[in-house]
This record gives sequence, C-alpha cells and structure tokens, in this order.
Amino acid sequence: MITNFFEGMGAYVLLMTKVFRRPDRWRLFMRSLVQEIRLLGLDSISIVVILSVFMGAVVTIQTAFQLSDDPLIPTYYIAMATRESITLEFSPTVVSLILAGKVGSNIASSLGTMRVSEQIDALEIMGVNSASFLILPKVVALILFNPVLIIMSLFLGLWGGAMAGDLLGLVPFQESIMGYRLEYIVFENAIYGLIKATAFAFIIGSVSAYSGYSVKGGAVEVGIASTNAVVRSCLAIILANYLLTDLILTS
Amino acid sequence: MIQAKGIEKSFGENQVLKGINVDFIQGQTNLIIGRSGSGKTVLLKIILGLFEPDQGTIHYGDEVLGEMAKVRRKTLRQEIGMVFQGGALFDSMTVAENIRFPLEMFAAMTEHEKDERVNFVMDRVRLEGAADKFPSEISGGMQKRVAIGRAISMNPKYLFCDEPNSGLDPETAIVIDQLIQELTHEFNMTTIVNTHDMNSVLEIGDHVIFVKEGHKVWEGTNSEVLGSTNADVEEYVFKSKLFKQVRQAFRK
Ligand SMILES: Nc1ncnc2c1ncn2[C@@H]1O[C@H](COP(=O)(O)OP(=O)(O)OP(=O)(O)O)[C@@H](O)[C@H]1O
Ligand SMILES: [Mg+2]
Repeated sequence: MITNFFEGMGAYVLLMTKVFRRPDRWRLFMRSLVQEIRLLGLDSISIVVILSVFMGAVVTIQTAFQLSDDPLIPTYYIAMATRESITLEFSPTVVSLILAGKVGSNIASSLGTMRVSEQIDALEIMGVNSASFLILPKVVALILFNPVLIIMSLFLGLWGGAMAGDLLGLVPFQESIMGYRLEYIVFENAIYGLIKATAFAFIIGSVSAYSGYSVKGGAVEVGIASTNAVVRSCLAIILANYLLTDLILTS
Repeated sequence: MIQAKGIEKSFGENQVLKGINVDFIQGQTNLIIGRSGSGKTVLLKIILGLFEPDQGTIHYGDEVLGEMAKVRRKTLRQEIGMVFQGGALFDSMTVAENIRFPLEMFAAMTEHEKDERVNFVMDRVRLEGAADKFPSEISGGMQKRVAIGRAISMNPKYLFCDEPNSGLDPETAIVIDQLIQELTHEFNMTTIVNTHDMNSVLEIGDHVIFVKEGHKVWEGTNSEVLGSTNADVEEYVFKSKLFKQVRQAFRK
C-alpha cells in the first residue's frame, strides 16, 4: 500500500511535468479555457450560492448559541466570530470540498472516458501532447475561477448569517454588519482565503485529472476513477488546509 | 513503402511477435489478418512507434524509425492517419470539427483553406449534411467515415486502420472497406489494415499478410488466397462452411 502510494505520487508528478508546457496552439487553448470556465466554474455558481447562504446561517446560529449564555458579550461579537469562521475556514475549505465532489468527478469521468475510448491515443498519435492539451485548460480554469467562487461564497455566507440572525431574533441585521466590520484585517481575511482557494483549485484540477487520465480498462474503471478523484482531492484539500493554516498563521 | 525487418516483441514471458518481416507496399491496401490475440495490434503499434520492438527495425522509405530525431518523429506523425477500432472520435466536437482538428493543430493554412479542405474531405467520405452533428448522434458506419475523414484530412502518406469494420453490418462493412481502398489508390498511400474478417480480405486485399502465433505464415494477393494450399491459411479461411463452398466453386 505504501509503495502504491509513492508510485502514484511519482506518476502524478510526472504527469504534471507534461501538463505544464506551453500550449501548441494558443487559439485552441483559449477556446478550451473558455469552455472549461463555463463547465467547471459558471455551472457551479448555483450550488455555491445555496451552500454559502445556509452555511452562513448555521454558523451564526451556532455561534449565537455558544455565546448567548453570557449577557456581557455584545451581540455584534457573534457577527464578528461568524465572520472569522466563514472567511477563514468555511468558505474556502467547505466550498472547495463540495466542488471537489462536483467538479472532480466531472473531470475524472470525462478524461477517463476519453482514455478508454482511445481519444487520448488518437491525440498522441497525431503528435499532440494530450496531457497538456486536455488538462492544462481545466487546471487554469479552476485556478482562475475558484477564487471568484470563494469571494462570492464569502459575501453570501455573511449575508446569510446576518439574515438568519435577524429573522431568528439573535442579532439585529445592523449589528451584524457592525460586527462584520469590527477589527477587520484585509490580509488575514481576504488574501488568506484567496491563497487557500487557489491552492485547492490546483489540487482539485490536478488530482482529479490524474485519476481520470490514468484509467485503464472500461466503463467500470471510469466509475472507480471518478470516485477516487473525489476521495483523493478531498483528502489532499484537508491535508493542504492544515499545512497552509499552520504556515500562514504562524508566519 | 514501410518495411518491418525481424520484428520481435515480448510482454514479460509472453512472446507476441517472433521475427516478422514484411514490406508494406505503397498505393496498396496491405491487410494483416490473423486470430484474435495473434499480435496484429501490437505490430501496428510498433510501426506507429508507440511500442519499441525488442529486436528488428521499422523503415519508412529510407529512414529507420528507431534512429529518427525527435523532431522528425513528430513530423512523421503528421504524415500518418490512423483509424481506431472504436473510431476514437472526439465526442465534444462535431463531425466537421473532428475532421478539422488536425488542420487546426498542425496545418499552416488560412481559415478559408481549412474550410475548403474540410469540405473536400467531408465530400470524399460522403458525409454531406452531417457537419454539425455530434458523434453520439450518428450511426456506427458514419462514425467510421468521420474517423477515416479525420485520418486523411492532413493528406497523409500512410494510413493505418485497426479493424475498421468491426461492429458494422456486412453491407456497411464492405462500403467502409471499399472507401479505404479507393482512398488508398486515389492518394497513393501506404495503407495497413488489421482485420480478422475474410470478407475484407477478398474484397480489398491488394496485399494480404497472414499472421499466426507471432509468425508471418503466408503472404499474397486476395485472388491467391482462395487458391492457397498453405495449411495455416486453409485452417483459418476454411473454418467457415461458406468459404469451403466458395473455394469449391472457385476451383472448378
Ligand atoms: N500493452 C500490453 N501489455 C502486455 N501484453 C500485451 C499488451 N498489448 C498486447 N498484449 C498481448 O499481446 C498479445 C497480442 O495482442 P494484440 O492486441 O496484438 O492482438 P490482436 O491480434 O490485435 O487481437 P484482436 O484481433 O483481438 O484485436 C495478446 O496476448 C495480448 O495479451
Ligand atoms: Mg487488435
């Protein structure tokens, strides 16, 4: 099992050295990039919207529940704590995990299908670097668009939190806004989330692509690869989240 | 002309090719026929340079494949058209985009010239009216036409087909075979076709190569097949009652 893991890592790194090459034809690259942004990015907006609003609401309710025992804590502190949770962890990490499920399985199954139906061999025989041609647009699309999704999620999460706080009578809307603004440090709250968003985007794209691209066999193996893509991406995201949090907060 | 000289290839213990010598003739359809598992696809992949042979050399004209510089290998790829067993069409692209793809990737042509070339090829493989359909929307026979169209769009010197008519009804299979032969003669290509279909052999076998257990056991033209007294050919060809009767009629 251990040797399997290291063999897999080796194959993954080798694949990435093939992926990050200058595209043969920029025009074709740009065309695929636009397609992938639509498929992997724009099509994920609705799920991110729903997820973020409810996530924000739940975080506010939880935080309010924890802090409401002590009458000395002003209610806008609830909002401040909610902001920290959402911007630092929930939006970048949870949204990326959900995207790993949606986008990761999509990438792995489409590349896996191309592999078993010999479309990848067809590209190679023509003399096309199939790894770069197929995978680079996907990874770049995710790296460009995931931060956009995360920023969106961040605002929607905060809005959802404020709405829930107001509707349930926990925190008045105005106080939430006030709390959100309190001691706001741009670097920690925004840049930090964006660094994570970018790193996770790379993980989702490259790990799922590896799973799909290296399929051998038929339709059954494509299904397995698609599951593997999600599991591996999620594990890698969780591990990277730990490392990044440690690295950024201690430096 | 393509020459295979003394090709041997093993996978672990399994020796698949045991010294194959063949000259594939320009302007003819060269048919490699043999049982499933006899090594036809492996031989084709060695000729394509996807596998390295353990022994022996592949010659494209005067050039040896194994000694070509990397750049030359890449340009050689553009002189080769390949039709895969399953078609291997890009399913995110329309019929016309599939045929246009090699041009987009490699040809130094204006957009107008590409349009003209695509139209010419579509016309030649008789795909009128299918330009904007996706591979999943057309029949198996049409998919094969698209695969052939994509393979010849760069006007290749060499055309390789791995079981081009598998999965087709006999009538469509013959039409596809005939298309391959017509194109081969018309553009003077060196065509290699893998098959285990005797109909193809008789229909379009300008040059037929029988492979059995890693050896070439017989070689000749389609008209010589029926007259052959080679034991291995007999065993393969005349397994079917129909062909036995055909031969009897032929020998009378
Ligand atoms: N990549 C590979 N690794 C190991 N063994 C292989 C590989 N490719 C082919 N073989 C073996 O080589 C032998 C010949 O296979 P090949 O695919 O060339 O047969 P074929 O004549 O094309 O058969 P079919 O008519 O079924 O396509 C088989 O025993 C197969 O198991
Ligand atoms: Mg085969």
